[in-house]
Amino acid sequence: MSSPPHRLELRGITKRFPGCLANDQVDLVLRPGEIHALLGENGAGKSTLVKIIYGVLHADAGRIQWNGQDTHIPDPAGARRLGIGMVFQHFSLFDTLTVAENISLGLDQPGPMDALSARIAEVSERYGLSLDPRRHVHNLSVGERQRVEIVRCLLQDPKLLIMDEPTSVLTPQEATRLFETLRRLAAEGCTILYISHKLEEIRALCDTATVLRGGRVVGSCDPRRETARSLAEMMIGTELSTPERLPQGEAGAAKLQVRHLSTTSDNPFATNLKDVSFEVRAGEILGIAGVAGNGQAELMAALSGEALVPDPASVAIEGRPSGHLGPRERRLLGLAFVPEERLGRGAVPELSLSENALLSGYAREPLVRSGLVHFGRARSYAERIIGAFNVVTHGHRAEARSLSGGNLQKFIIGREILQKPRLLVVGQPTWGVDAGAAAAIHRALIDLARSGAAVLVISQDLDELFVLSDRIAVLFHGHLSESRPTHHTSVEEIGLLMGGLFNHPPDEDEE
Amino acid sequence: MSAELALIGPILAAMLAAATPLLFAALGELVVEKSGVLNLGVEGMMLVGAVCGFAVAVQTGSSTLGFVAGAAAGAGMAALFGVLTLFLLANQVATGLALTLFGVGLSALIGQGFVGIPIADVPELYIPGLTDLPVIGKALFGQDALVYLALAAVPAVHWFLYATRKGLILRAVGENHAAAHALGYKVIRIRFLAVLFGGAMSGMGGAFLSLDYTPMWAEGISSGRGWIALALVVFATWKPGRVLLGAWLFGGVTIAQLHVQGLGIDIPSQLLSMLPYLATVIVLVVISRDVARIRLNAPASLGKVFHPDA
Repeated sequence: MSSPPHRLELRGITKRFPGCLANDQVDLVLRPGEIHALLGENGAGKSTLVKIIYGVLHADAGRIQWNGQDTHIPDPAGARRLGIGMVFQHFSLFDTLTVAENISLGLDQPGPMDALSARIAEVSERYGLSLDPRRHVHNLSVGERQRVEIVRCLLQDPKLLIMDEPTSVLTPQEATRLFETLRRLAAEGCTILYISHKLEEIRALCDTATVLRGGRVVGSCDPRRETARSLAEMMIGTELSTPERLPQGEAGAAKLQVRHLSTTSDNPFATNLKDVSFEVRAGEILGIAGVAGNGQAELMAALSGEALVPDPASVAIEGRPSGHLGPRERRLLGLAFVPEERLGRGAVPELSLSENALLSGYAREPLVRSGLVHFGRARSYAERIIGAFNVVTHGHRAEARSLSGGNLQKFIIGREILQKPRLLVVGQPTWGVDAGAAAAIHRALIDLARSGAAVLVISQDLDELFVLSDRIAVLFHGHLSESRPTHHTSVEEIGLLMGGLFNHPPDEDEE
Repeated sequence: MSAELALIGPILAAMLAAATPLLFAALGELVVEKSGVLNLGVEGMMLVGAVCGFAVAVQTGSSTLGFVAGAAAGAGMAALFGVLTLFLLANQVATGLALTLFGVGLSALIGQGFVGIPIADVPELYIPGLTDLPVIGKALFGQDALVYLALAAVPAVHWFLYATRKGLILRAVGENHAAAHALGYKVIRIRFLAVLFGGAMSGMGGAFLSLDYTPMWAEGISSGRGWIALALVVFATWKPGRVLLGAWLFGGVTIAQLHVQGLGIDIPSQLLSMLPYLATVIVLVVISRDVARIRLNAPASLGKVFHPDA
């Protein structure tokens, strides 16, 4: 019996960027109806490879076969004509346009808007992806936005669907629903190329996995027969060290108290906080979970001092009302913070590491003398951070933007931790960071808490929060749930809270 | 008919004419900004359009050719801006300011030989019966073709942006250029075409000033209308209909203060000449206090450099 031709076959794909070889002789075979995982750390070349398949980039060398025929994919429209659809990690959606308009933009022959809306309703019904074509995208939750992307692909009747980190923004329940949709598509013969670094879900979903490291294929396997640990070790190429959980210490005095914090914003895309109360005690790590866009950015801004709060008493640092204080005054009270955006908020991309060290360290480390910068001390401070946190860089003169995401994040977190803060607020500490750096960052945060500081971690990564936190609370539509001790809760329970299943006063602005 | 009522007709007609150059320039800039490009060179493009249109009309004796030349000159200036900002990735704000300064100087240079030269009037519409209607006849049915063209451009631009696929693509490019690129749209080409359209409209507005409204050439003839057009686009929250209202307001106050000057009331004329600008800015600020509305309508990629890389 002759086997049917492969859906897609890549041979010797090579792509070089200035200064790096993103794909080096990559081979990949995708069969009809299979769910194929593409695994690898950040910078392993996954994104480059799928951009080549989708026609966004062109390979310098190598061959692409589609259904057994040599082919050339000139651009995304060409890929769509072949039957390749892609759901991007950072959604390619347009906030001020409607769902139907967004979908229309991704189609080559959209036809009249009314007919398109009807087709959207029909397809979203068939695959259990409920969507209203007339709504504006900025009103949608992140999960709904992803449905827009998926429906856009499905309308083109794809033979290959590429999913780039699709669950990083979903609650566990939404992810389960997505998997059902994907399995159904695969059963209908559609091939799915699934990119993720969440190993458990790859084990649950995928039939085959190809592992990339440093731009090369380093192996392929059946993920159902591997453990998460063995997959991770294939990805990073060495043994993985996971930080062990410290036994719950005696929590000390409250370092950060938030009482009835509500915010209002001019920005229509913002999620206002509604009567948020919690406290973080010395020696403990409080984790705040939630799907992106539920008020995390607003909470970060209100805590860091970037946005002032009308009632000073609603944010108290070390017992002192601080809502009216700016970031500098709050730092002097003992607060340190690491924002979610590394480049632009956490560090100035064009400045050197020692200048970036100076930016937040100048007050608590004596780096400034009578108004003048003490560059010698700034340099040695930067070097201390680089040494203590194993930051891979060619020295303190390196520009912040020249570092990889993981190394820059280690530097920023190190910059704050070495100032010995009594209270540290961190947003998404390991977002887009490779597994090795993530483990180092987790260890540093745990050590900081063990040394008596209070740590608040705001993250969308539940696995991370379960590793780090003593207690977990959930943000939903600007409301904060009660916190629960980590060892008395489960991913499922937190997942339900992330979907809004907790008691909060009715909102005026809820849909 | 009372004397007051008799005044309304000419005032209305003059107001529509005074609003026309602003309408051209602002509608053009609106399309440019909706595509995500901020071109601050409107004033310069208007001036170059005004002088080129005037020069061609004087040489050829055809005001139609003059208008075409004005539009072409504006588009030429815009092409310069587009090449610098879209292909060479220059900063849009700095390039736009430079374009205005360049336009001021260039128009003065070209216009040296044309100062004080008279030009034939542009023919006005005459529909027997309708144009003779009392009060509104002259205002509604007795204008130059360009006045109607500018008015027709308001629904046309709205229709293009909100009812056609090309308009949808243009808005998408202005909203999120990275996503539009990922979907396979030619961001740079779309923006370049929008910039050319904006330049042609500005040039047309300038040519209307020198050929029709004044009609003569004088240095700095646009006297800041390009800047008002820019402000109008933002404060109208990128909506063509609101641009029209803003342009009428400016035109109305311009004409009203001229009449006040004519009545010989003892107010320094410089103060009165400031009024249209002042009134436009104040009213626009008042109606645009709703920050949320601006955020919802502002093209999110406005003024950001697009570099199509990995």
